[in-house]
Amino acid sequence: MFYREAGDFKTSYRDDSQTFPIGFDRYRYYAVLVLAFAVVPFVIDDYWASAIFVPFLIYAIAAIGLNILVGYCGQLSLGTGGFMAVGAYACYKLMTAFPDLNIVVCILGGGLVTAAVGVLFGLPSLRIKGFYLAVATLAAQFFLVWLFNKVPWFYNYSASGQISAPARSVFGLPVTGPGVEAWAQYMICLVFAVVLAWAARNLTRGTVGRSWMAIRDMDIAAEIIGVNPLKAKLTAFAVSSFYIGIAGALFFAVYLGAVEVGEAFGIQKSFLILFMIIIGGLGSIFGSFAGAAFLVLLPVLLKNVLVGTLGWPTDLTAHVQLMIVGALIIGFLIAEPHGLAQLWRIGKEKLRLWPFPH
Amino acid sequence: MTDLLYAVEVMINGLMAGVLYALVALGFVLIFKASGIFNYAQGVLALFAALTLVGLQEGQVPFAHLINAALGTDLHHFGWQLPAVVAIVLTVGVMVLLAIAIERLILKHLVNQAPIILFMATIGLAYFLEGFGDIMWGADIKTLDVGLPQGGSAWLEQATAGWGSDEFYGFFIDRLDIVATLVAAVLVISLTLFSQFSKQGRALRAVADDHQAALSVGISLRFIWVLVWSIAGIVALVAGIMWGAKSGVQFSLSLIALKALPVLMLGGFTSIPGAIVGGLIIGVGEKLFEFTVGPMIGGATENWFAYVLALVFLVFRPQGLFGERIIERV
Repeated sequence: MFYREAGDFKTSYRDDSQTFPIGFDRYRYYAVLVLAFAVVPFVIDDYWASAIFVPFLIYAIAAIGLNILVGYCGQLSLGTGGFMAVGAYACYKLMTAFPDLNIVVCILGGGLVTAAVGVLFGLPSLRIKGFYLAVATLAAQFFLVWLFNKVPWFYNYSASGQISAPARSVFGLPVTGPGVEAWAQYMICLVFAVVLAWAARNLTRGTVGRSWMAIRDMDIAAEIIGVNPLKAKLTAFAVSSFYIGIAGALFFAVYLGAVEVGEAFGIQKSFLILFMIIIGGLGSIFGSFAGAAFLVLLPVLLKNVLVGTLGWPTDLTAHVQLMIVGALIIGFLIAEPHGLAQLWRIGKEKLRLWPFPH
Repeated sequence: MTDLLYAVEVMINGLMAGVLYALVALGFVLIFKASGIFNYAQGVLALFAALTLVGLQEGQVPFAHLINAALGTDLHHFGWQLPAVVAIVLTVGVMVLLAIAIERLILKHLVNQAPIILFMATIGLAYFLEGFGDIMWGADIKTLDVGLPQGGSAWLEQATAGWGSDEFYGFFIDRLDIVATLVAAVLVISLTLFSQFSKQGRALRAVADDHQAALSVGISLRFIWVLVWSIAGIVALVAGIMWGAKSGVQFSLSLIALKALPVLMLGGFTSIPGAIVGGLIIGVGEKLFEFTVGPMIGGATENWFAYVLALVFLVFRPQGLFGERIIERV
C-alpha cells in the first residue's frame, strides 16, 4: 500500500539508476538522515553516546571496509584488528608529529597509511586463496600487534606503552582529548560514517565494484573475460584497509582516547567485525550497519537484562553472551546466509504487495 | 662450543613443542580430509575436552555457576574424586556425544554450502563451545593431573653435563615432552593403520576422495562425519591433556589452535605426515629464531614467527610441502 512503484515515473537515465529507485525508500532514507543529523545530537547524552551510538558508527565503518573485502571481493580476512591498529597508530603519530594538522586530516592520513599496509599484506592474495589467505591475514594481525607493542617509536617512548590522544578540535569545537561533549564525538563519527557509506555504495555499483564481484564469484572466469585480478584484488585490499584504518583512528582518537594495542585491537576484534558482516549480510552496505547495530546492542541488552534485572554475576553473563553470539552465527549461516540484509529485502518484497497476496 | 650445545638444546625443545603443535594439527587434517571442512573449533575442542576431564575427575557439578545464579543455591562439588582412567573414558564419551550433536545440529543443515561458509560456521561453533565450557565447568585456571611425569629429566641432565666445557650444565628436557612425543607417535601410527586396514577407515578415505561416489556405493556420509568428528574430539582430548598438564587448563589453550594453522599450511591440509613435519619445522624454527634473532629485535617473536614463515612459504608453494597439487578449472 505504501511501498510501491506505481505512479513513480522515471523520465531520465539518472533517475532510473539512482540508489533508491522507489519513492518510499528514498523518503525513508532522507528521514533517517534528518533524524541522525538534526534530532539525535540534541538529545544524546554521555551514556548513549559511549555505549551505543559512537561504537555503532565506528564499527559500521569497519564493517563496511571488511564487507568490501569479504562480501564484495570474496577474500576472507582475519586481520581487521591489526589494520585498525595501523590506523590508530598512524593517526597518533600524525597528531603528535604535526600538532597544527587538523584532526580530520590526521584520521584520513591514518586511513591512507593503512591502505598502503593493506596492499602489502594483500600481495599474497594473488598467489593463495580461501583458507590459506585467511591464515596469511592472521600473520598480519599478530605481526602488527607485536610491532606496535615492541617498537617504542610507535608509542613515542611513553612509559606505559599506551598511546593517548591529545586534545584537538574541528571548527573550534573539541572532538578528542578529555572533556569532549557527547554530541561532538557523535557528529564527527556520523559525518565519517555517512560519507564513507555513500562512497562505498557508489564504488560497489560502478566498474570497480563489478570487477570485485566478478573475482568473488569465480576468479578464473573473471580473468578470462578480462578482469585484471591484480588490480581488482589490490584495490579491494586498499579500499577495505582505508575504511578499516579510519575506523581504527576514530576508535582510538574519538572513542577511547587512550589505547593499549593488544587489548583494543587483538584477534577478538577481528572476529567481532567478521561476525558483524556475517549477521548483517555479506555484500551489503545496509547489512554492515545492521550487523554493527546488532552486535553493539546485544551486549548492552544482555547486560541490562541478566545483570540488571536478574542480578547474575557479570562473568556468567559474558559466557552466556559468547554462547548466544556463537549460536546466532551458526543459526544465520544455516537459515539465512545473507544475513539481516536479506531479511530486510524479503520484508520489502512482502510490503510491495501488501495487502494483496499477489 | 657451549653456545652450540645450547642451540642444540633449544632445537630439541623446539622439536618437542612442534610435536604438540602437530597433535592439534592432526585433528584439523582428519576433519578436512573427510569432509572438506576447515575446523577452526579444533583448539576450543581441546580446551573443552581438558575442562571436561578435569571437571569429571574433581567431581564438579556441571553448570553449578548458572544453577547458583538462577536458583540461589550453593552447589560446587559432588565430593568424589574419579580415577584418571575412568575420567578419560567418560570424557571420550562426552566427545562422541558432542560429535553427534555437531552433526545433527550443524553439519546436516550445511551440506553443499561453500567451504568458506562452513569455515565461518566453525568459528561460530568455537565461540559457542568456549562459552558453553566456561558455563559448564567455570572459567578459573585449573591444574590437570592424570599422573604424567613432570619436570626435567635428571638422568639426561647429569649424563650430558660438562660436555664441551665445564660451563655446560647438561641438556634440560621436560619428561612430559618425551611422553607427548611417544603418544603422538602411537597416535599417528594407529590412525594410519586404522585408515589403511579397517572397513571404516577405507570408507573414510572414500568419502575424502569423492562425496558423491562414496554415497553411491552405499557409504553413509552422516555416520562417517560423526566418526571423524569423534576421532578429532579424541585427538583434541590427547592434545588437551598434554597442553593442560604443561601449562594448566585455561583459555590460552584454544589459541594453540591458531598456531596449528601455519603448521597446516606448511605441511599441506590433506597430509597426516605433513602435519607432523610442519609441526616440527614450526616448533624448531620459532625456538631457534627467538634464540638467535629474538634478543636483537625485542623478543616475544614466537607470537608471529610461525604465521610469517607460513606466509612467505605459501607464496612459493601454495599447496604446502605434502599437499595435493591444486588444479583449477572453470
